[in-house]
Amino acid sequence: MSGVQDDKTSETGHLHAMAEVAAIDATEAGDAVPEAAATEGAGMSVDTAPSPWRRLVSSPVVMTFFFLAVTMVLFSILAPGKFGTTSNFEQLAQNVAILTVVSIGTTFVIATAGIDLSIPSGIVLGEVFALKALGLVTVGSGTAVDVASEDTTAWYVVVALAASLLSGLLLGLINGFTVGYMRIPPMLATLGTLGGGLGIALLLQNGVNTATYALNSVATGQVIPGLSNLVLIGLLVVGIGYVGMHRAVFGRHTLAIGSSEESARRVGLKVERHLLKVYTVGGLASGFGGFLSVAYFSTTSVAGHSTDNLQAITAVALGGTSLFGGVASIIGTLIGVWIPAVLQNGFIIIGVQPYWQMVAVGVVLILAIYSDQLRRRSRSRR
Amino acid sequence: MTSSDDRSPAPALAARSVEKQFGQVRALRGVSFEAMAGEVTALIGDNGAGKSTLVKCLSGVHRPDSGTIEVDGQPVHMTSPTDAERMGIETVYQDLALAPDLDAASNVFLGREIRKFRFLHDQPAMRRQTAKSFADLGVGMVQDLRVPVASFSGGQRQSVAIARAAMWAQHVILLDEPTAALGVIQTAKVLDLIRRVRERGLAVVFISHNLPQVLEVADRVEVMRLGARVARFKSGETDVEQLIAAISGAYTNEVAA
Ligand SMILES: Nc1ncnc2c1ncn2[C@@H]1O[C@H](COP(=O)(O)OP(=O)(O)OP(=O)(O)O)[C@@H](O)[C@H]1O
Ligand SMILES: [Mg+2]
Repeated sequence: MSGVQDDKTSETGHLHAMAEVAAIDATEAGDAVPEAAATEGAGMSVDTAPSPWRRLVSSPVVMTFFFLAVTMVLFSILAPGKFGTTSNFEQLAQNVAILTVVSIGTTFVIATAGIDLSIPSGIVLGEVFALKALGLVTVGSGTAVDVASEDTTAWYVVVALAASLLSGLLLGLINGFTVGYMRIPPMLATLGTLGGGLGIALLLQNGVNTATYALNSVATGQVIPGLSNLVLIGLLVVGIGYVGMHRAVFGRHTLAIGSSEESARRVGLKVERHLLKVYTVGGLASGFGGFLSVAYFSTTSVAGHSTDNLQAITAVALGGTSLFGGVASIIGTLIGVWIPAVLQNGFIIIGVQPYWQMVAVGVVLILAIYSDQLRRRSRSRR
Repeated sequence: MTSSDDRSPAPALAARSVEKQFGQVRALRGVSFEAMAGEVTALIGDNGAGKSTLVKCLSGVHRPDSGTIEVDGQPVHMTSPTDAERMGIETVYQDLALAPDLDAASNVFLGREIRKFRFLHDQPAMRRQTAKSFADLGVGMVQDLRVPVASFSGGQRQSVAIARAAMWAQHVILLDEPTAALGVIQTAKVLDLIRRVRERGLAVVFISHNLPQVLEVADRVEVMRLGARVARFKSGETDVEQLIAAISGAYTNEVAA
């Protein structure tokens, strides 16, 4: 693999070097065996063990998870038998599933130090494309749009899904091309596609919504008994996102570009092409979110997603993904999606004005970003 | 790899009359440069002489406006650092080119990850190899291989960049002020590493402002001034005073290009 390995003198060189290392870094002699350093973060050398408190405040994921756990316990105590019930959780999980899917996609975008404001247009286009595709399938004297939810077939679902993903793909490619190749700042590029995409969706729909029950079973059915499909799909997307971000070379390169675009370019990563892919992932997630939305709500909602971009960005930031790029957490995003939902739901249950949720989320968001800043500052001061 | 038997071996890496302009700044004005296999060639010159710019032309980061880059005597057209890497040319840049949020192993293998199932990376394997290479290379960087390199000291970060280059280099290694941020012990280790890489038969290009250090480790010294080469020496046949004279323009042994 490496030049070092091919070197015939490697064996002796190795031993020699080990002795050398042990002699010089006497304080860390235990770590001088490379295998030990490799298998168990043994290098936990004297100067890198932070206090538990510092670790807590300098790790946004841990902090927000802690916050979520505490609020859930509090609500369970304050509203016994109402908040902490399975049915309430099932309901919460369904409510956040679509936002989860979209937020996982945008976690990749934010990990590159980018931003995707076009999420609402991605979702609405996904809805409208699904609907238009169903409208192309003739059933009896009408189209698949009008079939009852019991009469739907896998074919209608596949057609609608393909159309939604196509719209997401197109939007993502445009975002990726403008950001990656035309070097337009992501906020402005996706502001453009936000407006443009919504405009096209409204044109296609003449500004009004259309109902359809053809996709209902996708969201409300249960492939696994006891678990609604919508929640199952959300979990699958989290799983795929986790592997994609934290185990795949794709995620590694995404983080490298977010960390230092110039360094990534110097080691030979194709930065433009990778950005194109990342924004395409974001677009696909939005389009898929639109498909799920029309399935779950049985109607398009051309005006109903205008703050979904901000909600997704909030969730991602709460979850400890750095808005400056280079650091991301898929599990964090999952936690970040739940926090606003749990607050909203809990406040309603215990009879507090639910508007407090907005205030609370705002405060937690600022704390999370402050914690990210602390982390960045402390790591680069040395 | 070594061609010591040949009477006049082609340089492992060379620049011929390379020009490079940034806006109004003529950073390189017809500079030539040669690095031979199995030799340490020091490249020295005052701040702004164009050393880093020349290195970036040699490693595919910049494309020369005119002039040619040659590898083993053959002109090459490099459009990216990947082209250089493919020819076994590795570089430690003055600004290091690390991804600060990634850990040491991820940086060492960035863009060349060990893969599982084609699309996954094998982090434990990369971490093992990195630890081994650090030990092999005597970089003595026994640090937690899981923390982001941003939390390393400047010298440790430099060690990571050097280890990365030394690990992958097969033909030429370009080191732009590799010892600038290092303490005495680490500097000694890097100089030692440079000698060992040379023993492997590679061409080593070494930039430094520390002239005694240059004379200690280099076989040959090439001096740049205002974007051009002004002098060449065998390191046994020169001294610090002469090098200073060449750097400041008081001495030259180069026929004007
Ligand atoms: N990307 C760039 N854009 C504009 N000017 C540049 C760029 N890179 C280098 N220069 C200019 O080219 C000249 C040579 O710079 P270079 O970095 O090659 O010098 P150097 O010999 O490496 O100096 P030092 O010893 O300080 O590292 C300088 O005037 C510098 O400002
Ligand atoms: Mg320089």
